[in-house]
Amino acid sequence: MMLDLDMGRYAAFVWPAWGITAVVLAGLAGRALLAARRWWRELKRLESAAAEGDRA
Amino acid sequence: MFGLANPDRFLRFTRPLTPVLWAAAAGLLALATWLAFAAPEDYQQGDTVRIMFVHVPAASLGLAAYGALGVSSFFALVFRHALADAAARAAALPGAAFTGLALVTGSLWGKPMWGAWWAWGDARLMSVLILFLFYLGYMALRASIDDEQKAARAAAVLGLVGLINLPIVKFSVDWWNTLHQPASLIRQGGPSMPAEFLTPLLTMMAAYGLFFLAVWLTAIRTEIVRRRVLAIRARRALEA
Repeated sequence: MMLDLDMGRYAAFVWPAWGITAVVLAGLAGRALLAARRWWRELKRLESAAAEGDRA
Repeated sequence: MFGLANPDRFLRFTRPLTPVLWAAAAGLLALATWLAFAAPEDYQQGDTVRIMFVHVPAASLGLAAYGALGVSSFFALVFRHALADAAARAAALPGAAFTGLALVTGSLWGKPMWGAWWAWGDARLMSVLILFLFYLGYMALRASIDDEQKAARAAAVLGLVGLINLPIVKFSVDWWNTLHQPASLIRQGGPSMPAEFLTPLLTMMAAYGLFFLAVWLTAIRTEIVRRRVLAIRARRALEA
């Protein structure tokens, strides 16, 4: 199957719809993954600090 | 199944599942995009039919995510379960994003087809706008109350109230005369769409569904961890 990327006179409607969708999905994914990394790192830091405190 | 209501078990169970969901969502999104641009032009709508492949899944997921938020809110309110509250909170942002996308892409589809970006008298458009406002209200309410337990209870009530809007959104095109076309997927007699459009549309809907699950599970896991971090910080502040 050939891809049809020529949207003709509707290009001004089709490409923004797909573009906004791509930006929003990328934003959702990025936000979820960055927040996960941030809070997991913080939990590990606190837990290792607590373990060091116990040893001391 | 109910064992997963335990946060530790939930974290253990979803740890291997989450990357699989992300990978499957990415793969299916790529395949659905390829199918969407390989489909022929519609004889009436021309190339604007390709907006359908991002608009309809966004609208469906906007509704589905609110269903997840509402059911989770019910369990959070009745059983006071922390995981249910985390699930409700985690569904709000992706749900709002999908609903916002449905509104924007619908507007971009409406202009060339109806000659208007927006129609204030249209029941489907208005009920989806109200759904979007429920999402915004839910997130604003949570953010405006400092006490997290009070915020969770107030937001859960709002989340439950918003469930009333879901059948209104779904059946608005049957109950009222609207500019918006009637249901063409979930209807008596099956989908009214040719296979050349149905295949990319269903593939994209599956991709959006997997993507939502990946975002949702990741956000629930993050919420559990965030609460643990806040609990440790609070304990330390008391000890100091």
